[in-house]
Amino acid sequence: MSDQTEQDNQDLEALYREAEYWHVNLGDKTIHAKRMPGFFRSLKWVSMLVWLPFFLGPYLRWGDRQAILWDIPNRQFHIFGITILPQDIWMLALVLLFFALLLAAVTSVAGRVYCGYFCFQTVWTDIFTWIEEKLEGHPGKRKKMDEAPWTFSKIRTKFLKHFFWILIGILTGISFTAWFTDAYQLWIDYFTLQATLAEWAPVGVFAFFTHLFAGHMREQVCFWLCPYARIQGVMVDSETVLPTYDFRRGEPRGKLKKTSQSDVTDKGDCIDCKQCVAVCPTGIDIRNGQQEGCITCALCLDACDAVMDKIKRPHGLIKYTSLDEMQGKPEVTLYKRPRVIVYSSIMILAVAGIIYGLSTLATLELKVLHERQPLFVMRSDGSVQNKYVLKILNKTKNDIMVKLTVAGHNDIQMIGAEKPLEAPEKRVTAYTIFLRIPGDKLLQETLPVTLRIEYTLNPEFYSEYKSIFFGPKK
Amino acid sequence: MSDNKNSTDAPDTGHVWDDNLRELTNQPPRWWIITFYLGAVFIIGYLVLYPSIPLVNGSTKGVLGWTQMKRLQASVEELDAIRKPFEDKLKGMSAQAVLDDRELSNYVVRSAKVLFGDRCAACHGTGGAGNPGYPILADDDWLYGGNIDTIQQTITNGRTGLMPAFKDNVSEQELDDLAKHILALSQGSEHAAGKELYNSKGCFGCHGMEAKGVEMMGGANFTDTIWRFAPGTEESIKYTITNGVNAPGNDATRIAIMPVFKEQLTETEIKKLAVYVHKLGGGQ
Repeated sequence: MSDQTEQDNQDLEALYREAEYWHVNLGDKTIHAKRMPGFFRSLKWVSMLVWLPFFLGPYLRWGDRQAILWDIPNRQFHIFGITILPQDIWMLALVLLFFALLLAAVTSVAGRVYCGYFCFQTVWTDIFTWIEEKLEGHPGKRKKMDEAPWTFSKIRTKFLKHFFWILIGILTGISFTAWFTDAYQLWIDYFTLQATLAEWAPVGVFAFFTHLFAGHMREQVCFWLCPYARIQGVMVDSETVLPTYDFRRGEPRGKLKKTSQSDVTDKGDCIDCKQCVAVCPTGIDIRNGQQEGCITCALCLDACDAVMDKIKRPHGLIKYTSLDEMQGKPEVTLYKRPRVIVYSSIMILAVAGIIYGLSTLATLELKVLHERQPLFVMRSDGSVQNKYVLKILNKTKNDIMVKLTVAGHNDIQMIGAEKPLEAPEKRVTAYTIFLRIPGDKLLQETLPVTLRIEYTLNPEFYSEYKSIFFGPKK
Repeated sequence: MSDNKNSTDAPDTGHVWDDNLRELTNQPPRWWIITFYLGAVFIIGYLVLYPSIPLVNGSTKGVLGWTQMKRLQASVEELDAIRKPFEDKLKGMSAQAVLDDRELSNYVVRSAKVLFGDRCAACHGTGGAGNPGYPILADDDWLYGGNIDTIQQTITNGRTGLMPAFKDNVSEQELDDLAKHILALSQGSEHAAGKELYNSKGCFGCHGMEAKGVEMMGGANFTDTIWRFAPGTEESIKYTITNGVNAPGNDATRIAIMPVFKEQLTETEIKKLAVYVHKLGGGQ
């Protein structure tokens, strides 16, 4: 036997000794998943970076204020140069629609990409277990330490671990809060203990739940708390690519005997080393097929490929593939799949709506409420009078004056807004006005009228509202 | 999760779904049991602190002395505290001054809405839209005058108009002519015989030489199209002339009584109502 083969055999033996240790998660034991380097492991580190803006975003400035600020007390949302007032909040619905559909679309194409790479539960758990591994060592050591009696060194290690976990939780809470108030001032308030309850509470809540979810519950959140795991079954189909065990190649699985390494005819490529189970953060066995516990993080692909390297067989025993492909059916081109078409159409509509909304954000907005009781009043001079409440929203940063004009009838007379009206900045101001039309000139029972406000200094800023003028039955 | 829960050999009912969802028959988790007993502690605490156990004569009082009425009062006090700065200002101001102050008159329009609904709308309609037999407040036709002080006067002291019943003083023909004249006035013309009667029967005393009404007397204006007793038909006019308004000793007379509110409402409330009515659309 050459040295090379000897080495291989030792590796194999070690692999199988380890395999005794790895079991499928039944919810009864803490999962200490093994970390293995590989393509998808690296990808995971990169995809995690989408959470970086969550931590750094609040510190961007735009002029004299925070670039992105969800100012709830003043009911204003600032996104760089854009200020969105509650009246424009319908765009938020479109944003939510877009992301909901994005989730559906991505899931239909490539499974639970969100779960595996982007979900905060996955990302935070990954960071937490990374800290755990740095402090307590590899999974075997961790398990031993959990069972070991409490010694000073165990207490110190565990204390350090929880300290870092809680620190991350607190940082998460502060970062969340910083989106809603001035971030720099917030830090000052925390350190000088001047922060309000509304600023402290999220820190506590986040520290607690981050610790609970990412530190203790981990995959249990995915299994028992998250609804997405349960509905994924209807979101994937046979065309969806998922981490899949190639059973045609792998079965019948069996332990690789060191003496019969050259004899591969009676066994499949799966040597039953359980490395795929070892690395699984939710502790499932991917060889049983797609299941609710699989968050499609593809870490088992890395593990299996590493083993295939060792036993000199090709990669891809576990690979991203669809059910159709496994059954040898031809692949349907992405853009020909009805679900992709429907999802992306709705997404495009949502984006178009958002773009429309943002590009037509009016600086002035007029809403007119017609008085309903009475609908109209006959005046002693025979004219008909209608009462309206104007609501003028000024979204600019200045107190401005607006001029009201009315169109819809030649003899219409407006009372109550002869002089320009004040429109203080960033809020709604209400005015009551009356419109009059001489009775003999009013030929219909109802007459459409258009009210228009215009910034006195720049008529380009205006807003119109179509209302109705009521008169007696003809 | 910790290692000792839901152990794989826990007893179950034998029902299994989705391969691994077993219905266990073991003890509920400790946190659940603790929460359960905490619930019992909470209930006992609640029973002691708050009114809870229904007895024959009401319920137990609870040591905190909490009642719904106290809770309501606290809320009302909260509301009053918000309103106080405005209400304090209102006290020292005349109704006219309130009307001229944009912020205060806006406050009054909002806060007097309920008052108007409670005290006025039953007869005058929501928003002063009027009701059959009761004047519209949103128009500009006023029997006693539509300036703010007069409106305040009207609410404070009430109004009881008086028009004698003419049934013994006019003949059938005269009644006909008079009614024709009054109807013609509202259309901008006259009826010669009726006009003569208008003067000879003394109608001008209350309704004015030009039939535009006399605010001092509360006499209605005949030259506009707004009728105190709608509809403005010959028949209706004849009825009013025959039976009068609030005419003593005549059961068929028209009733037009605005109640006195000075004993029921405070001065500030009346002031607020006057401003509210003035701003309905017809104030002068």
